[in-house]
Amino acid sequence: MKLTLADRGFRRAATVLALSVVALTFLLACSMVVNAMPSIQKFGWRFLSTSTWDPVKEVFGALPFIYGTIVSSILALAIAVPVSLGIAIYLAELAPFWIRQPLSFLIELLAAIPSVVYGLWGIFVLAPFLRYAIQPFLSRHLGFLPLFQGAFYGVGMLTAGIILSIMIIPTISSVSREVFLAVPFAQREAALGLGATPWETIRLGVLGSARSGVLGAIMLGLGRALGETMAVTMVIGNRPQIAASLFAPAYTMASVIANEFTEATSDLYLSALIEIGLILFFVTLILNIAAQALIWKVSGKAGRGRGA
Amino acid sequence: MNEQVNVIDLNAYFGHIHVLKGINIAIEQKQVTAIIGPSGCGKSTFIRCINRLHEVVPSARLSGEVFLDGKNIYAPDVDPIEIRHRVGMVFQRPNPFPVLSIYDNVAAGLKLNGVRKRGQLDGIVEESLKMAALWDEVKDKLGASGVSLSGGQQQRLCIARALAVKPEIILFDEPCSALDPISTGKIEELIFRLKQDYTIIIVTHNMQQAARVSDRAAFFLLGELIEFDRTEMMFEAPADKRTEDYITGRFG
Repeated sequence: MKLTLADRGFRRAATVLALSVVALTFLLACSMVVNAMPSIQKFGWRFLSTSTWDPVKEVFGALPFIYGTIVSSILALAIAVPVSLGIAIYLAELAPFWIRQPLSFLIELLAAIPSVVYGLWGIFVLAPFLRYAIQPFLSRHLGFLPLFQGAFYGVGMLTAGIILSIMIIPTISSVSREVFLAVPFAQREAALGLGATPWETIRLGVLGSARSGVLGAIMLGLGRALGETMAVTMVIGNRPQIAASLFAPAYTMASVIANEFTEATSDLYLSALIEIGLILFFVTLILNIAAQALIWKVSGKAGRGRGA
Repeated sequence: MNEQVNVIDLNAYFGHIHVLKGINIAIEQKQVTAIIGPSGCGKSTFIRCINRLHEVVPSARLSGEVFLDGKNIYAPDVDPIEIRHRVGMVFQRPNPFPVLSIYDNVAAGLKLNGVRKRGQLDGIVEESLKMAALWDEVKDKLGASGVSLSGGQQQRLCIARALAVKPEIILFDEPCSALDPISTGKIEELIFRLKQDYTIIIVTHNMQQAARVSDRAAFFLLGELIEFDRTEMMFEAPADKRTEDYITGRFG
């Protein structure tokens, strides 16, 4: 086939555009490494393991932020995963047909609400509710655990975890639902034919096959939770400390960057913030790659089909 | 002869499509009954009415009665799950549970029934795999995934899985259509042996297969039961012109 000039030009332009995405990611990483260099050189690995964050004396340690990001995300997953799986199972297996589409759409709509709106709702509705109702309750009944001790602020790790869980439920539940629907009907029939009850059919015929895909969905949710900035910043309390209690205020990597970037006057301060950004960048990158790999693995299996 | 399944005026539908029209048939105990007929004639739907699997498809409906050992399985007080324990099924494409091992695939139905004792499970798993003529091929790798087996082995694994729960009847829905001739031969041999202990109903596309394995054959056409007779009668002297046309390959 002979390509005309326009064809060749178009092919070249499309290639350049596609490669630009790769280049952009690479340049982004490079420029972050370069800009974070002063901090990397000054603090080395101690940056990851110390807790002092003192812009006046120019001593920076990112541990409380790393801790805050990880704990708030884990908390979010602990709440969101069971809820999302319940939603996904209902939508894929149990709900009456007429309700499936509208309900799925509504849940996906939750993902479209701007995070600042979640933050506002968190401050004005969720935080007071937690402070006056939930936290006293938890403290009274589970107060022997260090997790539920201390003063009730409303804002803090628990609030951030709950807000985050609400924000990642749409992701986890809609991806899990797709995964469940991708499981061949023959698997359900195999279980039904053995005399399985509806729940046993789901467990044996659907959940087993969907395991790695659901794990991928959870990783996508985790990726979102790790990077979420605005809503968390508004409700987490923004105090760089590592406290055992979930009631205590905390701080995340994304929040500290958003809050302090405008005040970062010295080069070292700025570079420390950029290094935090770099850590966050790599953590989310690795998680997303892992999630993609898991999803490919499961969809490849479903696509190949079984039989002779 | 002992009639184990007695179907009376069975009609089945998918939405507005009338797939089975007034079927009356009596199926005898410990015999192999073949259901033959062209694609889309309602063969699979028919056997799925015998273990109440027709109703799991949305929009599926049915009317009529199916008596199993004298009891109508569509009576309001009958639990479909109990019926499916008594009437096992082997599907068209082998469908072992992909995340379960060979052992756990066979044990799956037993575990649903609450059998948990390792010793008891071991015994039944071995017995079922032996009956399905798979034991010698898998006894050293019971922990391997069920889908690591070949297609024919997977189908025998599914047969072992169905046998493990000790049903009275086993339904085969074109069990060899996805298999090569050697695997097909093994399954047919197996069906022939199983009829000593089980009532077997097999849907098949393949005339030779019906002739080889079955004692009786039922010819379905466009949702109607055209003819039901001893297999050799059906193949040698069909009573209905349409049966003859189908058997001699003039349509379908």
